[in-house]
This record gives sequence, structure tokens and C-alpha cells, in this order.
Amino acid sequence: MALPIFSPVDDPGPDFTSLLRKSGMPAMPHSEGISVAHATTVVALRFADGVVMAGDRRATEGYSIAHRAMDKVFPADRWSAVAIAGAAGPAVEMVRLFQVQLEHYEKVEGVSLSLEGKANQLAQMVREHLPMAMQGLAVVPLFAGYDLRRQVGRIYTYDVTGGHYEEADFQATGSGGRDARTTIKLGFREAMRRNDAIELAIEALYEAADEDAGTGGPDLVRGIYPLVAVVDAEGFAAVPESEVADRFLNLIERRRSERGSESARGEPQ
Amino acid sequence: MSMPFYVAPEQVMKDRAEYAQKNIARGRPVVATTYEDGILMAAENPSRSLHKISEIYDRIAFAGVGKYNEYDQLRVAGVRHADTKGFAFSREDVDARSLANLYAQYLNSVFVHEMKPLEVEILVAELSIDQRPDQLYHVAYEGTITDEERFAVLGGDAETITERFERSWQRGWDLPSALGAALQALTGGDRTLGPEDLEIAVLSRRNGRRTFRRVDNGELGTLLAAAPAPAGAPGSAGGPEGAGD
Repeated sequence: MALPIFSPVDDPGPDFTSLLRKSGMPAMPHSEGISVAHATTVVALRFADGVVMAGDRRATEGYSIAHRAMDKVFPADRWSAVAIAGAAGPAVEMVRLFQVQLEHYEKVEGVSLSLEGKANQLAQMVREHLPMAMQGLAVVPLFAGYDLRRQVGRIYTYDVTGGHYEEADFQATGSGGRDARTTIKLGFREAMRRNDAIELAIEALYEAADEDAGTGGPDLVRGIYPLVAVVDAEGFAAVPESEVADRFLNLIERRRSERGSESARGEPQ
Repeated sequence: MSMPFYVAPEQVMKDRAEYAQKNIARGRPVVATTYEDGILMAAENPSRSLHKISEIYDRIAFAGVGKYNEYDQLRVAGVRHADTKGFAFSREDVDARSLANLYAQYLNSVFVHEMKPLEVEILVAELSIDQRPDQLYHVAYEGTITDEERFAVLGGDAETITERFERSWQRGWDLPSALGAALQALTGGDRTLGPEDLEIAVLSRRNGRRTFRRVDNGELGTLLAAAPAPAGAPGSAGGPEGAGD
């Protein structure tokens, strides 16, 4: 590989995608994939100190399960997270490009992009992906982060055309997004504490997996649990798997005892 | 009609080298050294935004002396090379050796073919994985490349500073002692540098994936206070750290 030195008029600046283009390397190849993994539930919600983001682990191909332990929640950089729904291959590739883009900008310019700037960058990538989305390989990310200037957590949703909208409190996408959203809507309170927000995200994923075939619930046999991450003033931090597992087990226990008392009541004497 | 004069190639090279050396010698130097946790880079630089030391990749840092716009162009090219390579292959495949070689080739081709050589000297530092020694690649204005495992000095007065630093250098020393000795070597003990005159950065094994970190003024103040009294000062008899290897 040659040393990428450009003349000032030809310089790609801090934009990694256009650097790739100038180096003759397509950023996101337009492959002719037919059989692709998708269907998902990812959620993001604000709490007092930042945002919580969570996603299930299941990837499906048609009616079969392609992967049981897929990651759908990624750190975009130190202060933001991105979650993906849609065709798995291009989505993961988009996240990889997005991560490099943010770091590249930061290193070349010496300062990070603003959270708004990061959200716009991601929108451009989704927009460039539109031709593939038209062929059925849509990628719909969910972006959330901690705005260091305003000192609040912020959430952005996207559509396949690259349109992006800032959400006030919470959002969920993917095939189970509707069920997850309903759960969060019922449980959401302004300025929740970290633990309550994590609990609500977990409950939302549980309900989504309960209703949606494309969303994986906690896999107690294999020990695979949804990924949960928190972004606050301290930066991105994944919630430890053991904590997520405990919360799911408690939730299941609660549901079981509720059902138990219900069926006890319903039984004829 | 003017006839081009014949100038011996030897003379051309000598003139260019002198031109570059003279301008680099005017710049403020950079000292880089390994310490227990990684690599420390220290420079006298009153500017907060025009950096001499920067991040290239997860385990790679860059330092330049001489003409700012010229080494900054090289720094950006380095970031681009590393990010492109890491994206095309894997993050593990990005290494300082190949980048230092590219720099050396570029500097050499400018030195030989262009009117004017680049008035820069650069350092590519890499934190090693597992037990191998850390690497400091020092690339001169005409593309000469040398690798060091202990420390490197770039810029004006490099020889004097190297001599001073050689005396106090120890393998596996801690950050405050390394910093104290580096500043002592930079100033020769006849001036004191405060946090606002310095640009300090480290590649530290404790930083996670991206090992590069700038040491801010507050932290620098504590580090300077913790640094042992300059032992290499004239009069003190070497002490335990005097063992040069």
C-alpha cells in the first residue's frame, strides 16, 4: 500500500469514505446477496444520566435461525452507540465503516465530531445504501449517544432513505420494535435511574421476543443473553453479561410466579 | 541564452542536506522513551493546538519536528494509511514498521527528486503486543531510518540531549521518573519548564484498545511534583541509575 498523500485540491479531508473512494476501494460493495440474515429488536431509551441501548442476539434467514449470538449493539466511538436492524451483512459492514469514520475524523482533525455530526454521518451512509435497500437489503440503524456539549443522552432513528429523526425519549426498531416500543411506552418515566432504565429495556426485549418470531429471547440453555449498553458522561459501557443474565432470570421468575398465582386462582375448587 | 551549469551530484546532495539540517536544528526537540507501562513522548511546545505528537492508530503514535505543515501532512498520511489498512484487513495487521518504511521512501524520494527536501524529522512509536520490545522508528529528512528499543531524540540539539538522557535512562522506570529525566535532558537543568510549555503524550498499555493519551496540564502538574529530583544534575555522582548499558 502506498502512502496516501494528496495534493491540496484533491485532498479528501477527514472523510474516510471519500478517502476509500480515492484509494480505489469501494466502501460498501454492492453485492448480489439473496439469502440474508435479518429480523431483530433493538431499543434505546433515555434516562437521567444518558441513554441505554439494548438488542437481541438472533439472526434469521427465512424461517430458520442463522445465528444465535449475533451482536447488534456496538460502540460507535467512546460517547455513542449504534444498533442495527435489517440485512445483517451490510449492516455490520456499515457499522464497521461508521466506527472507522468517527475515529478517522477525530485523529485527522484532532477533535471529535459533535453528536449531531455523527448522526448526520450515519444518515449519509444509510442514504448511500439505498440502492441495495431497494433490492431488499435494507439497513435501519438506531443511533444514541451522550452529547458532551448539552450533557444529555440523545437518540436518533433512521429510515432506509437516510432520513433521520431525533427521538424525545425512546425508540425501538426491527421486526419486534412495535412490541418493545409499547412496553417502554408503558414503563417510561422522565429522568429514570440507570438500573430502572436497564430493567425496562430488558423487559421490552423480553416482550418483543415473546410476540415476534424474528427476535430471540434469553437463551437459558446456551447462556446467551441480549446485549445491553449504557452511554453516559463516562462514555460507552457494556452492562456485564452476568448482570443481564440475573435481570432476565428475575424477570422470568416474576412472570412465572404471576402465572402461578393466576392459575391457582382460576382452578376450580 | 543561458547554459545550465554543471553541479556535481555530491554537491547537490550536500547542499540539500545542509539546508534541511539547518532548519530542523532550529526546531524544538522531542524526546521519546519506553517506561514500565508503555512509551512516553515529551516535547517543548507552547501551542495547545499545533501538536508535535499525535495518535496514528491503536498502538502507534507519531512525533514530528521541523516545519509544522510538512510533518503534519505526513501525520495525516499516516492516519489515512493506517485506517485504510485496518479497514481493508484487520486492526492487528497495522504495524509501525511498514508505515515507517513508507515514510522513509517518501522522504527519500522528495530529497532526491524535488527542489527542496522536507525539513522534518519524524518518529513512529509502536507499543508491542506480548513480550516483544516496544519500537521507536526514527526517520530523518533524507529517509534514513533507525529503530530504537530504548529512547529516541529528534530535532535541534539532538546529540547533546541524547548524551544527557543516556546517563539517566533506566529500563522499566515509572512515568514520573521517565518524565523528570526527559525534561532534565531537554533543558539541561538550566531552565524549568511548566505544564503550559510542554506537550506530553503516552502510549499506555492501561488505556484499552486506543493506547494513545495526551497528558493534560492537571495530570502533568501532579506527575512533575512526583518526579524525583534531577539526579543527572551536575555534581551528583550517577547514583543507582548511572549504569549505562
